[in-house]
Amino acid sequence: MHEMSLAMSVIDIVENAARAGNFRRVSTVWLEIGQLSAVEPEAMRFCFAAAARGTLADGAALQIIEINGRGLCFNCGETVPLAALYDPCPTCGGYPVQATGGTEMRVKELEVE
Amino acid sequence: MCTTCGCGVGDTRVDGKALPDAGSPSAESSSAEGSSDGDPPGSSQASPKGVGNNPAASYRALAADSRARPAAQGFAHSHRHGETHTHAGGAPAEKAGTSTGHARLVQIEEDILAANNAFAAANRRHFAEHGIFALNLVSSPGSGKTTLLCRTIEALRATLPIAVIEGDQQTSRDAERIRASGVRAVQINTGKGCHLDAHMVGHACDDLQPDEDSLLLIENVGNLVCPAAFDLGEAHKVGILSVTEGDDKPLKYPAMFHAASLMLLNKVDLLPYVDFNVELAVDYARRVNPALQVVTLSATSGEGFAAWLDWLQTACRQQQAGKRATIAALQQRISELEAQLAQHARG
Repeated sequence: MHEMSLAMSVIDIVENAARAGNFRRVSTVWLEIGQLSAVEPEAMRFCFAAAARGTLADGAALQIIEINGRGLCFNCGETVPLAALYDPCPTCGGYPVQATGGTEMRVKELEVE
Repeated sequence: MCTTCGCGVGDTRVDGKALPDAGSPSAESSSAEGSSDGDPPGSSQASPKGVGNNPAASYRALAADSRARPAAQGFAHSHRHGETHTHAGGAPAEKAGTSTGHARLVQIEEDILAANNAFAAANRRHFAEHGIFALNLVSSPGSGKTTLLCRTIEALRATLPIAVIEGDQQTSRDAERIRASGVRAVQINTGKGCHLDAHMVGHACDDLQPDEDSLLLIENVGNLVCPAAFDLGEAHKVGILSVTEGDDKPLKYPAMFHAASLMLLNKVDLLPYVDFNVELAVDYARRVNPALQVVTLSATSGEGFAAWLDWLQTACRQQQAGKRATIAALQQRISELEAQLAQHARG
């Protein structure tokens, strides 16, 4: 989807953190990306590299920690793993399953110099 | 630039005028506050002329709103630039034992969309304070959004003040269509961008100045993917699916149907001519969003339109009632404080 906007927001967050934490280089950025957030990791990597150019994160490695999706099955009432928003409940095979986790998009941590 | 959708930045225009680069809320408020420290990203492009008659001033008010209100993340990041971050004690936490060497780890734990969400919270607060019911209309291109808007406006404009924000990559054709229907409209051109964001909408509202107790219809860029993640401060996202698109769209593009509160199934007058199973489409949509409300209608024939208008009018009344309740509560509090003050003066 809109990975370029997201990558630029990541750079903004990194630059704000650099001002507060007084560092000049970022060598690694860890993101937490939920499985249900509709962010394509490969597109995110490509856009991050482009957005980082000329900033303190230029050339930084991007580590994406994928957070598994979770949902509440309306049929059996169980909280179950959910790989896609439209998937049936893996326990009972029923619908619908309301997503309860795995929609995160967060900057988790930086390795800085 | 984006490999997926061609999304880019830097060409956004509101009614043909350049938008100051969003960067982050802090970038804009820093120029507004005249802070003298370093260059935030994009601040060099933050034109002092801004957008509209006196947009810089009114925009500042919005940014100030967002500062005053804790964001969903528990901390509004739309602080003045000079204030920088004040996460738990001023600086991002560093992992113990890792800061002695050259390289160190810094914990951030910040939502990537925090900046957009802070702008959205400011928009939402502004809408609530003025009884404005705002909808974010999302769909693929060609689902009939603009036709639906024109018919909606025609039906309601005698009884309800309406304003429209139109989002498209290029041209002001849609805004011109809406203006021809007799209401005020602002066109946002996103240039290469594939979605509206809350910052653009804030500026568009400065230009548009929606009336008190009005209906604000925001027609997003025709795109069933990207706008899903961007909160504009709307009361609801309304997804429009037309029967010419295929009944499995909700499964193919689940994020949008997940984000919407209401699905309008449009162009039902064409059902005799297309292979589209309404029940199946609704079933698919509710698999990704069990709480989704559905109205089937045709913006061309008017079939089913009454249900949509009812939904709109009820929601507008609720928003207005919410505003009145807030005002009444504040007035009550003022009276109480005045009474206390009078008692003090007497005592």
